[in-house]
Amino acid sequence: MAEVEETLKRIQTHKGVIGTIVVNAEGIPIRTTLDNSATVQYAGLLHQLTMKARSTVRDIDPQNDLTFLRIRSKKHEIMAAPDKEYMLIVIQNPSEQPQD
Amino acid sequence: HVYLLLSKCVGLLYSSASSLPSRCFRCKDIDVLPTLKLSCFPTALTMEIVYVYTKKRNEFGRQCNFSDRSAELHVDILPDPSLAVNFIERDPCDVPIQCTQEMSEHEVNTERFESDTRGINHVEGGWPKDVNPHEMEQTIRFRKKVEKDENYISTVMQLGNNMEHCIKQNNAIDIYREYFEEEEVVEESEVQPSAKTINVFRDPNEVKRTASSLSWHPDGSRKLAVAYSSLEFQKVSKDMSLNSYIWDIENPNKPEMTLKPVSPLVCLEYNPKDCHILVGGSYNGQIAYWDTRKGSQPVEMSTIEHSHRDPVYRVIWLQSKTGTDTFSASTDGQVLWWDIRKMSEPTERLILDPNKKGNLDNALGAISLEFETTMPTKFMVGTEQGLVVSCNRKAKTPAEKIVCMYSGHHGPIYALQRNPFFPKNFLTVADWTARIWSEDIKESSIMWTKYHTAYLSDGSWSPVRPSVFFTIKMDGTLDVWDFLFKQNDPTLSVKVCDEALNSLRVQDNGHFLACGSQLGTVTLLEISSGLCTLQKNEKALATAMFERETKREKILEARHREMRLKERSRSEQSKEEDTKEGDGEESPEELITRIEKDFYEIVEAELKKRDKGEEKKVADAIKSD
Repeated sequence: MAEVEETLKRIQTHKGVIGTIVVNAEGIPIRTTLDNSATVQYAGLLHQLTMKARSTVRDIDPQNDLTFLRIRSKKHEIMAAPDKEYMLIVIQNPSEQPQD
Repeated sequence: HVYLLLSKCVGLLYSSASSLPSRCFRCKDIDVLPTLKLSCFPTALTMEIVYVYTKKRNEFGRQCNFSDRSAELHVDILPDPSLAVNFIERDPCDVPIQCTQEMSEHEVNTERFESDTRGINHVEGGWPKDVNPHEMEQTIRFRKKVEKDENYISTVMQLGNNMEHCIKQNNAIDIYREYFEEEEVVEESEVQPSAKTINVFRDPNEVKRTASSLSWHPDGSRKLAVAYSSLEFQKVSKDMSLNSYIWDIENPNKPEMTLKPVSPLVCLEYNPKDCHILVGGSYNGQIAYWDTRKGSQPVEMSTIEHSHRDPVYRVIWLQSKTGTDTFSASTDGQVLWWDIRKMSEPTERLILDPNKKGNLDNALGAISLEFETTMPTKFMVGTEQGLVVSCNRKAKTPAEKIVCMYSGHHGPIYALQRNPFFPKNFLTVADWTARIWSEDIKESSIMWTKYHTAYLSDGSWSPVRPSVFFTIKMDGTLDVWDFLFKQNDPTLSVKVCDEALNSLRVQDNGHFLACGSQLGTVTLLEISSGLCTLQKNEKALATAMFERETKREKILEARHREMRLKERSRSEQSKEEDTKEGDGEESPEELITRIEKDFYEIVEAELKKRDKGEEKKVADAIKSD
């Protein structure tokens, strides 16, 4: 129990992380750091997208499976780590500093 | 039969069977039986005009015999006014014409498609039946229950790890950014540097002399002036010719012009302002100048009393308004300035006395001179003793003329040249090395090559690339160095000939160079383009390298100075404490006797050891027998 807390807290405190959501298979947000409406929106939309992505991957190769989904948009990056029962979603604003 | 249907006219037709020739149209062999069939129907007026060519079967396959004939009229159909009755004239006749794309319009009716705008309201879904989503208590309780689930904990841990990895990745570097898009693909020309011999100019005389100096014609480098002399001590034979030649580089068989000095020329230079004038320094110390328009004899020579006492090793034209000033250097220790209009006396004289007293006995013999037109008041002299003396022409007293000296070479400095792009750095070629110096560092050179097995006899910077220079050696090889590419070895080493090379001169375009050998053979070489085209950033890199090396030397110099100070203070201290003699300065004689003594002792010891060794061997041999 405490490790979960610690993990989630650690994730949340990384540089650029805007929000963290843990959703279950039914779309119920278990843990969230964002406000309710945003959480619900993210949960619902990403769930569908992850399902679609997973089915795509498995269609191409049935032995394969989706491990991670990253959507990079202009403003930030949405990362979804799906699992059988739960899904971890993190929204991050990646640092735009050029690293030479 | 060969039928030729001439025409089939539809419409308004007239006919008349006029002259119908029976002979062939073009070919004599073919008989033509023109037939004219007319069929005039009221409705479809068609007329067939037929023209028939015949050729006998047994004449098939024969070659055609064409001939020219004038044109002949075969059919002439004249109008028949009676047919006009069937037609009404239309006057005026107005016909619109348009040249456009033809398009058509067509209407289509599709099935109706109704669309509507809707919005989606996301609602938390999936709550189990017993939980009322709106009640905080129930939802919290549900959530807490889930959080206690084992599966949940392990899943979140695992996913959390993955997630962290990606988050850190994002933070580390922007993985979607286009890197390296500004850099174009560097076209590395993989052409190996090479040098190709274009032409070889041999001394036309029987007795071969050394090509001791070369000078390119200032205008287009079409000609090369070569000074021939024999620099070996007392090897001058009676049959040796005194002449020097001007070669046209296209014609290696015969020199274009001969220069006939009184004494063999050791050095020769074209006047960069006037391409007909050359000045030469000769073996007996005199300076002479030629005008190629006036013939092979020198126009004027300097008087013997006022010339050098030793061969003149280098003569350079100065930058002046009149374009007639030169200066010369010789191993007698003098540098003399001349105005070629008045060769009876030098205009100025400088004695290379390192003690600055003008004492000729003490003077250093000058072997090379350096003058850069961008710095007309300064010049440098390379001496036989291995010192480079930097001088200022505009100094008031002779003592001030010698500004400073650079030491570091072990032998005479055969070549001395400033880098055309970085005048603060200059190249010296002497003994077995070539060194690059910075004007500011007087104690040592900032860069130097390794010690070669053969003596280096001449060297020069490339006029187009700041980091490339050439050196020639006594074993007949030409080395091309590019210190931005490789510092330890020459980039290109070419064996030009078997005898020693004595002189080198690069053309102004940096592409061609000429080297003269001991047997008077001058070889013209072409350098591959990689070594004579300026590379990207070359100037910046060369600047950086020079600065870095200069700084390093400066630091070393400072360090040495510090150490020397310390030594001195320590030795002074120890002198006070110590009463033993021999510390501190020894006079040269004492030093010599001491060294001699040491030497002999070592030799004795070695001999004794050898003898003992011999005895032992003999004893062993006896024992083994």
